[in-house]
Amino acid sequence: MKEVETKMLERAKELLESGEVARVVGWKKGEFCYDPSPATFESVEELKDFTYDWFCGANLSKYLIQISKKEGKTAVFLKPCDTYSFNQLVKEHRIKRENIHVIAVECRGKFDIEKIKAKGISFVTGAQLDGTQVKVSTLYGEETLEKSDVVLTKCATCNKDYQVQDEAIILHERTKKDVDRFAEVAKLEAMTEEERFAFWREQLSKCIRCNACRNVCPACSCVKCVFDNPASEISAKVNSDKFEEQLFHIIRAFHVAGRCTDCGECSRVCPQHIPLHLLNRKFIKDIDNFYGEYQAGETAEGKTPLTSYTEGDTEPNDVFKGEAK
Amino acid sequence: MQRIGVFICWCGSNIAATVDVKRVAETIKSEPGVVFAENYQYMCSENGQQLIKQAIREHNLTGIVVGACSPRMHEVTFRKAAEEAGLNPYMVEIANIREHCSWIHKDMEEATEKAVILVRTAIAKVKLNAPLTAGESPVTKRALVIGGGIAGIQAALDIAEAGFKVDIVEKNATIGGRMAQLDKTFPTLDCSACILTPKMVDCAQHENIDILSYSEVEDVKGFVGNFHVKIRRKARYVDETKCTGCKLCMEKCPSKKGLNEFNMNLNTRTAIHIPFAQAIPNVAVIDSTQCLKFKTGKCGICQKFCEVGAIDFTQQDTFVERQYGAIVVATGFKPIALDNFNEFGYADNKDVITSLELERLMNAAGPTNGVLLRPSDGQHPHVVTFIQCVGSRDTSGCGKPYCSKICCMYTAKHAMMIREKYPDTEVHVFYIDVRTPGKNYDEFHRRAVEQYGVDYIKGMVGKVYNENGKLMVQGANLIDNEQVTIESDLVVLATAIEPEPSVRKVATLLTASIDTNNFLTESHAKLRPVESPTAGVYLAGVCQGPKDIPETVSQASACAAKVIGLLVKDKLKTNPCVAMPDEMMCNGCSQCANVCAYGAITYLDKEFRIGGGKTEIRRVASVNPAVCQGCGACTVTCPSGAMDLKGFSSKQIMSEVDAICKK
Repeated sequence: MKEVETKMLERAKELLESGEVARVVGWKKGEFCYDPSPATFESVEELKDFTYDWFCGANLSKYLIQISKKEGKTAVFLKPCDTYSFNQLVKEHRIKRENIHVIAVECRGKFDIEKIKAKGISFVTGAQLDGTQVKVSTLYGEETLEKSDVVLTKCATCNKDYQVQDEAIILHERTKKDVDRFAEVAKLEAMTEEERFAFWREQLSKCIRCNACRNVCPACSCVKCVFDNPASEISAKVNSDKFEEQLFHIIRAFHVAGRCTDCGECSRVCPQHIPLHLLNRKFIKDIDNFYGEYQAGETAEGKTPLTSYTEGDTEPNDVFKGEAK
Repeated sequence: MQRIGVFICWCGSNIAATVDVKRVAETIKSEPGVVFAENYQYMCSENGQQLIKQAIREHNLTGIVVGACSPRMHEVTFRKAAEEAGLNPYMVEIANIREHCSWIHKDMEEATEKAVILVRTAIAKVKLNAPLTAGESPVTKRALVIGGGIAGIQAALDIAEAGFKVDIVEKNATIGGRMAQLDKTFPTLDCSACILTPKMVDCAQHENIDILSYSEVEDVKGFVGNFHVKIRRKARYVDETKCTGCKLCMEKCPSKKGLNEFNMNLNTRTAIHIPFAQAIPNVAVIDSTQCLKFKTGKCGICQKFCEVGAIDFTQQDTFVERQYGAIVVATGFKPIALDNFNEFGYADNKDVITSLELERLMNAAGPTNGVLLRPSDGQHPHVVTFIQCVGSRDTSGCGKPYCSKICCMYTAKHAMMIREKYPDTEVHVFYIDVRTPGKNYDEFHRRAVEQYGVDYIKGMVGKVYNENGKLMVQGANLIDNEQVTIESDLVVLATAIEPEPSVRKVATLLTASIDTNNFLTESHAKLRPVESPTAGVYLAGVCQGPKDIPETVSQASACAAKVIGLLVKDKLKTNPCVAMPDEMMCNGCSQCANVCAYGAITYLDKEFRIGGGKTEIRRVASVNPAVCQGCGACTVTCPSGAMDLKGFSSKQIMSEVDAICKK
């Protein structure tokens, strides 16, 4: 990963120095090795904080909504999953494509510090991949974990490929995983209605309405969110009892249905560890089922299944019954 | 301060028998904002409307709620009354306490309580209503008829006669439809072709009619008065303007094994063909799935022989786009597939045929030149058994739940014709009921029984099987209460009819509603039977429900009258309940434009202040109110809730929901 970072840094310097771009969007070091955050670098000096390592899980696409409005070109480093969000936002006219220079960067899955900590490892000072294992260095020495135990939930089932790039920095090819991203959804579907209701009630009642899921979600990018808008007639109800438990996340899932690229950021940032991505995946699974396979963000144009009609569409009655054509 | 008036209608006993209308009016009086509440026997009557007008004037009402029947019935009536009294017509709300309440409840206490809630809901909405003004839109003076059967032909002729241009779009190579396939027509037994073909010729020769045969409607945009339609003209590989219909190509074509659809696949035709002798247009068409030139690249004999050089193997589908003021749907029907009815042995026995196949077998232009011969061995059948209601009135799920309406009459016709032509033939008819209402219809059926000695057996057939080359029809005779088995030479199934399947696509393009049996829905079953609920779309023939030729023709002419009534107008009032985006909240994501069936939404780049003395350019939606039909698809699609519908705003609907939920 170090070599990749070096290459990225070199390229960022080059682009900024030559004036080809006015800024570079990437990640900067945090207080600890495991908390890098998205950042904009406008000069070579600022790049001293630049980092790209196993903890750079954040999706940078959403930041481009505002940044692409600025004068001059912006270079951005996008991981495979980020390119889907990017395309989807271009499709919705939210990102000005012509103002962005996309550099596809290598990603072989990112690590989840929470999962490392859950293994009883603390005071982490770094982590490196070693085959299928992860060597975690701490203040007290080195620990070895299985990679599959350490990667972010969103990375565990990711088989995404780069959907857009102007150039690429990829030193290691990824291996495709033999996993079914809908396996968890299928488990929920197999439950009885009561069991499923109990499952979600338990999960969603943990919500503290910090809005992190909404704020990080590239599909949740409305100029003014309905939950913040008094005229929407929803905001008043937001304060009612059990709103989070019964409405907030479900309304949100409906709002992003057909547009969610399954980038998994919602679950990554949730401080309460609610598996929010499962709501979205259920929608994705249903859309595939009822209207044919569709992956949001695969392209930046074309029709979307929920806002277009084809003769092959499942009849609404059958959708309610849950029967695909 | 709002001053709301509430008017509760008894609708005679329709509402008053189940809802305590006086109590509703009394209870509602104490609602905040309500200054007047009254009940009356018939609110829609002259006196009732007078009562409303007087109250508006006397009490200075700012909005009214009428608790009555469905707004589909009298919303327009009450809006007009309000307008006459000086109140904006869009300050009127209807609480449907008949269809939604009195008709579906039995308990008065319960129904009264619900009526109060429904009225309260309408009050909540009307408080948020704003006065709206209708605009105007022009009318394109041209009509489109989809389907060139007898329904489409009749509608087109009537519209054209009134002086308006009409286009007939027919998916087959010729107009004429099902009627062209029939031999004789009941109850007069005149020849179908003799009465149909002159009308077909009239269509072809009428200066106001343009026949687009071998064409399909591909896309429809716009709305009443202003439909924009894209029509696919399928490649027929023959230049319509050159072909003289001389049929030389048909004589020379070496590929003669194609199934003849016009003769219900009972014989064969050449790859290049004219469907039947009186086809309009009288122009050949090449079946590219059969033609050797298309299959092997070799042949092209027709091209060599064609004296006018009409054959063009390179022809491609082309598109024409036209504007129309009104659209008549006349897509017709087909007999159902008999896959679910193995008991009748249709698939296994060549001599078990459908009634439409019998029509062709008895027709002089049919595969047997009008001589009734059984398909298996070409022999005269001596015992013919008809089975009625095959797939009709079927509640088992295998067939159709409805009565196909025409089968009793055509079976009587067939039976009579066979007895007439071949008096030595025994004819049996199995039936559930014989239904022959209509002028001279029952007389017709009685003639079959009494004069022609057709043996009618009340009862259904359980099984048809082949025994030593004979078709054994095993059924019940309910009158004599016994099982009968009739040894037959030919079995004719009066197969149920269903709407032509392509109607689903047409209905979708037109946003016209369709019922569970794929019949197009009329606006009102009794009072607006030829109008679709989609303005400017009219229904003729079996696409709306099973009917025979006289009924189809009447309906087609009724459609024409409606179309003419529309096309003579120069301007139409538009619906002011249109969508309107809040630009401050619009993301410019295009989802609303993607779902808009009318193409009413475009985008503008607008400059917005973002604070700190700065501005930014944002892409925002803009609705053309002349094009918007107020369907509301955009409002529910918009993720940020920026799109709203005038007269049905989210706020109004939420306040209605709140009013219903309030204890």
